[in-house]
Amino acid sequence: MDLGSTDGASESPSAAAKKHSKKPKYSKFTQQELPACKPILTHGWVITAFVSVGVIFIPIGLASLFASERVVEIVDRYDKDCVPSTYGNDTLAYIQSTQTNKTCIRSLTVPKQMKSPIYIYYQLDNFYQNHRRYVNSRSDEQLRSKAYEFDTDDCDPESNTDKGPIVPCGLIAWSLFNDTYGFSLQNKVLQVSKKGIAWKSDQKHKFGSDVYPKNFQSSGLIGGAKLNKSIPLSNQVDLIVWMRTAALPTFRKLYGKIEVDLEANQKITVVIQNNYNTYSFGGKKKLVLSTTSWFGGKNDFLGIAYLTVGGLSLFMAISFILLYVVKPRPLGDPSLLWNINPVGHSN
Amino acid sequence: MSGGRKRGIRFSKLYSFSCLKSPFSNEHSQIGKKGYSRVVYCNDLDNQEAAQYNYCGNYVSTTKYTAVNFIPKSLFEQFRRVANIYFLVVACVSFSPLAPYSAISVLAPLVVVIGATMAKEAVEDWRRRKQDIEANNRKVKVYDNKSGTVKETRWKKLRVGDLVKVYKDEYFPSDLLLLSSSYEDGICYVETMNLDGETNLKLKHSLDATAPLRDDKSFQNFKAVIKCEDPNEDLYSFVGTLCYDGQELPLSLQQILLRDSKLRNTDYVYGVVVFTGHDTKVMQNATDPPSKRSKIERKMDKIVYILFSTLVLISFIGSFFFGVETKKDFHRGKYRRWYLRPDNTTVFYDPKRASLAAFLHFLTGLLLYGYLIPISLYVSIEMVKVLQSIFINQDQDMYAEETDRPAHARTSNLNEELGQVHTVLSDKTGTLTCNSMEFVKCSIAGTAYGRGMTEVERALTRRKEDRQPEDDFTSEDLPRSTGDGLDSGKSIKGFNFRDERIMNGQWVNLPHSDVIQKFFRVLAICHTAIPDVNKETGEISYEAESPDEASFVIAARELGFEFFERTQTSISLHELDYETGKKVDRSYKLLHILEFSSARKRMSVIVRNEENQLLLLCKGADSVMFERLSEKERLFEAETKEHIKKYAEAGLRTLVVAYREIGVEEYRQWEEEFLMAKTSISEDRDELVDAAADRIEGDLILLGATAVEDKLQKGVPECIEKLSNAQINIWVLTGDKMETAINIGYACSLLRQGMKAIVITLDSPDINALEKQGDKEAIAKASSESVGSQIREGIAQIDSVKESSVTFGLIIDGKSLAFALNKNLEKSFLDLATKCASVICCRSSPKQKALVTRLVKMGTGKTTLSIGDGANDVGMLQEADIGVGISGVEGMQAVMSSDYAIAQFRFLERLLLVHGHWCYRRISMMICYFFYKNIAFGFTLFWFEAYASFSGQPAYNDWYMSFYNVFFTSLPVIALGVFDQDVSARLCLKYPMLYQEGVQNILFSWSRILGWMGNGFISSMIIFFFTSHSTIPQAFRNDGQVVDYEVFGATMYTCVVWAVNCQMALSINYFTWIQHLFIWGSIAFWYIFLVIYGSLSPTVSTTAYRVLVEACAPSPFYWLATVLVVVSTLLPYFAYRAFQTRFRPMYHDIIQIRRSLGSETEASCELPLRVEDKLYHLKERLRPRES
Repeated sequence: MDLGSTDGASESPSAAAKKHSKKPKYSKFTQQELPACKPILTHGWVITAFVSVGVIFIPIGLASLFASERVVEIVDRYDKDCVPSTYGNDTLAYIQSTQTNKTCIRSLTVPKQMKSPIYIYYQLDNFYQNHRRYVNSRSDEQLRSKAYEFDTDDCDPESNTDKGPIVPCGLIAWSLFNDTYGFSLQNKVLQVSKKGIAWKSDQKHKFGSDVYPKNFQSSGLIGGAKLNKSIPLSNQVDLIVWMRTAALPTFRKLYGKIEVDLEANQKITVVIQNNYNTYSFGGKKKLVLSTTSWFGGKNDFLGIAYLTVGGLSLFMAISFILLYVVKPRPLGDPSLLWNINPVGHSN
Repeated sequence: MSGGRKRGIRFSKLYSFSCLKSPFSNEHSQIGKKGYSRVVYCNDLDNQEAAQYNYCGNYVSTTKYTAVNFIPKSLFEQFRRVANIYFLVVACVSFSPLAPYSAISVLAPLVVVIGATMAKEAVEDWRRRKQDIEANNRKVKVYDNKSGTVKETRWKKLRVGDLVKVYKDEYFPSDLLLLSSSYEDGICYVETMNLDGETNLKLKHSLDATAPLRDDKSFQNFKAVIKCEDPNEDLYSFVGTLCYDGQELPLSLQQILLRDSKLRNTDYVYGVVVFTGHDTKVMQNATDPPSKRSKIERKMDKIVYILFSTLVLISFIGSFFFGVETKKDFHRGKYRRWYLRPDNTTVFYDPKRASLAAFLHFLTGLLLYGYLIPISLYVSIEMVKVLQSIFINQDQDMYAEETDRPAHARTSNLNEELGQVHTVLSDKTGTLTCNSMEFVKCSIAGTAYGRGMTEVERALTRRKEDRQPEDDFTSEDLPRSTGDGLDSGKSIKGFNFRDERIMNGQWVNLPHSDVIQKFFRVLAICHTAIPDVNKETGEISYEAESPDEASFVIAARELGFEFFERTQTSISLHELDYETGKKVDRSYKLLHILEFSSARKRMSVIVRNEENQLLLLCKGADSVMFERLSEKERLFEAETKEHIKKYAEAGLRTLVVAYREIGVEEYRQWEEEFLMAKTSISEDRDELVDAAADRIEGDLILLGATAVEDKLQKGVPECIEKLSNAQINIWVLTGDKMETAINIGYACSLLRQGMKAIVITLDSPDINALEKQGDKEAIAKASSESVGSQIREGIAQIDSVKESSVTFGLIIDGKSLAFALNKNLEKSFLDLATKCASVICCRSSPKQKALVTRLVKMGTGKTTLSIGDGANDVGMLQEADIGVGISGVEGMQAVMSSDYAIAQFRFLERLLLVHGHWCYRRISMMICYFFYKNIAFGFTLFWFEAYASFSGQPAYNDWYMSFYNVFFTSLPVIALGVFDQDVSARLCLKYPMLYQEGVQNILFSWSRILGWMGNGFISSMIIFFFTSHSTIPQAFRNDGQVVDYEVFGATMYTCVVWAVNCQMALSINYFTWIQHLFIWGSIAFWYIFLVIYGSLSPTVSTTAYRVLVEACAPSPFYWLATVLVVVSTLLPYFAYRAFQTRFRPMYHDIIQIRRSLGSETEASCELPLRVEDKLYHLKERLRPRES
């Protein structure tokens, strides 16, 4: 507070007034009179809004349900059935033993015609690829470029061996999924194409073409799959797919594509190498064969949700219309006023 | 230096209270002792002894910071906020491996937020600094001993002991001791507007000993020593002595010229610098105004605490489950989730030390869920409030043409509080009334003159008309209309007297013309005004101590007694001689002025006229004057009393005018006595002077009485009516007499017809009898009892009629108020007062005003607003939740201590009903929304955690999260806070009841806040579960790709940004292009950000690399999920609002709908009436519960 400084006008009000008035300048902005639309929840608006949500959502819901219905999906859970009954409850011993025969043959029936491409997924359950320790246990630098081979700080405990850094390092790569599937139709081998199952940007920019696997799964605990040392990481599509961690503990990952159409009731024989240990944490393993529609895979939730929301909106709209017809009490009726009372409760 | 200036406000130090102290207390004996140790060597800077006193320079700094301490000090200020400390700790911890995200992404928004606040501080401080520089570099003339002339120098270079010469209309650069002036007798006139806001001139006298030193040469050998009090903030006392010429001369305030006051009507003065810089009285007074915080902000703190608790709770839940999960990883020698390598892990994930891991995870959780606490809340609110106050400053409808003053929000802290005012406490004079006095009536020799009609009389007439419309319409109104005719012809400020009987010299023909002559002569002579003759036109204007006095001199001038010259010893008039009817110049030798004081309530002058008669001319309050009339000469006492009563009823201020002739011998004796009293230096000097004056002011002969009108300000009654329609209680605290106060109350529709008045007064026979006996204790006891019983009676009276619709007005006088404010009666008084629609406290002192304000504030717990214009209102303004100063005629003091300054009372209506309502609504909506958006966002993180075994992995990319509060959601909420309007200004004023939304805090009630929080919680659930279920686990596009962590984060974040911004669009009522730009711009910016960020190299963009372009955009699921999630999050709110508007509309809903239906444009005042009716019944129903 400075009493010493007074503004010009108080020193000589008359003179200052002549020079410039302190009157605030008029503009719609400063006077808070900007043109504005002031939406109000009148009956008309409420009903229109509800009806339009209903009218838009129900067709979308139907369309997506329809699209979802057209998708043919074969899901086969094989983790339990692929353990010989002799092992009973000791599934862990079976999977951890290097002696046991892990081959498992499954037979799948095609329920409907499946147009190519047919996508092959493996679906894991209860597998926390989104665990903080797991997600961060990788070295993007190392994956991208040979120059950063030693950049393995985040990869513990899968960072280094006696012979040097592990490439690719970290828990994600180490735990690479190693079940394999072989498909045959009436004893004819169905080719599984791995083309295009990884994101293009991953192959181009995140995994280097000059980076080759080194010291991978070479000592200590063996986690998952081994990698072919002669193929650069940018071409190790299974690794690339696996390294894109899943968001939730139940997830599917692309295994490959079958590029021939399958007809209804055809029986496919799948030879599974059941190597991957999900038994210790009670995770399920599923093999999924699925076609896609214009918008993707089979998902009824979206359609049902759209239908529900749309239906609810229509219901609301109808109840408002009924209210309007049955009890046309005018809006803005002050007798509805309830919340201003003269004796205010203290806050 | 700033450390010493900062003090807490103590009541005794408030200016208004210190002026209650007797200005004279003889403390000269204490000089040299503690507190009175200052020694000033005048004009003797080389003196060795002078050098040992290291007094501060005249450099003044009012800035909060200096260049050096700005960074540490402002940082310290910033981190006094709990939320900011939390974020600082988070930022520090984020450098450790505990952090779920990168440190830089936490630090960046914190730096932005803190930086923005600091920049604001810096700009404000820079402005203060510029003012300082301007003040410090003003020029002043300093006497230079070597050359013997005055030299120009800058203010900041002045030192204690310097001799300065100050010219007319210049400010004093520091506190000076007046040595001499251009007048021979060493007087000068000073305007102290900057100090106390009074515009009148004050007279200062130099000591007689130094008065002759009137030119530069005479100071050649001037040496003197001043011993005086230490620097203090008391503007109304000064104790010191001047050692000059071997004499010790006592100094008083009469010789002190204070910094920031201005020299007027005097060509130049010489003075010695006594106090410099921060030692000056005005700087010592410059305490920081008490910092006020609004109720909403205090409540907001509580909400922040709630959120903190929520944060701790969910972190705890998270760490508990994390601990359980981690512990299970090692079970009976087997490792469960082998892919996490629990056999070879760090402490954070070690199953063997699961409880420690859980604890560390708890810290991680605190960081992760920190998004529940809106980091940008405080800075956004501050920015919004600054912008809101700019709108208040810019409002053309609060600009006063006459004074060229717009409204000015001096603080931006309290904008929303303006919308919650429960009680307005108003000063009267200068606030409700103009404080420009107009001479309207007089009673001379028992005859009443003056036909003008006052505002109050008009109100009275209106009231009568209401009762019997056909009666007394013509008779009373006619004179007024002729008066108006005259008005238009010639209007003189301060004079509104119309009476053809005595105007234009007609009075000479009246029977009592001699009395009339004497009457106006008294008015022309008995005053302290100074004439100011305009040399070109010959017109004379007057500088008077009070506007009352000016109006008397003007009245005398208009009736032919033109005062045109004052010297030290004489007063000269152009006078109309009633015998000859010609104008003659008469001069009166001025012998003594017995000054006005509030204790004496009268002033007199003793003059010798040209006939060599000695005359004592006296004017004063009726209460003291009638008892001083001579026993013999009581001719028209009864009539005059009757007239005075009438005048008071008409809201006029009255004074009684009397005179006496004094015999030469009597005068000689008295003068001797008087001079002795005056020159005595004993402690009771003032009492002696008063007693001496009292002796001569007796045996007076009554001449008549004057009545001046304190005119109501423009628009006051309408404004008060609007405010009471808004159910704001209005209390008027005035120093006026009860009758005047009541009449003003009627005039400004504070008291209305049909209102029952409860009067509490101590003016009863018993008390008066006791007072005569003078037993103070007995009086106090009896008074207290009497007030108590009157209060109880009042309450009983109100309770007895509560079924009917009678409203009450309470009027209490100052004496009773003193007792009513005692601890034991306080409660019942407040109880009574709050049951009355309006309250008037008359004859109240500044201190009482502040105490009443505090009582109301503390007692009701509601928001109080004080409005006042003068220095005596300062205490009240500072005490109230909001202080509003009237920046009108009465200077700066009230404005300086106010929070808002408006030019006229009537602007209060717009300030409260429009700006207050808007700001309240905006801020409360804004805060609710802020919590909503952060809960909606923060809880999606939590739900994701639940699916990531609570490991602390955030669902989103680090930068998505840190930009959430800063870029993607901040601008729309600021637009809401600055621009939103539920209804237009016009409708705010038309439906004042709308204001009650703020008073009852409906928009910021706990239910509403929790409702918004719940909405945020539900939104977060819908966002997370709908997104995850609709996109996982199947292929989300037709090339068979599935959603991974990156895509999921981006999709969910898209939904959050859309949902939160659309929620904003849905909840605001006012869409200009700005809102559109901000809301849709924020959403668009998210996509733009994602594209740009995603196209950076993968080392920078990590999980966001090409996520939109490559993965999301081509997927129909991404878009379908967005639409689904956004609509479903908004649907619950929309449905709630739709049903609420239909079944339980809020008041603003009703008004909005009426506006949209067009019914508003018709003259539809039936709504408020019906509402009021309903409210009345509600009130009645609620009353029993309350009591």
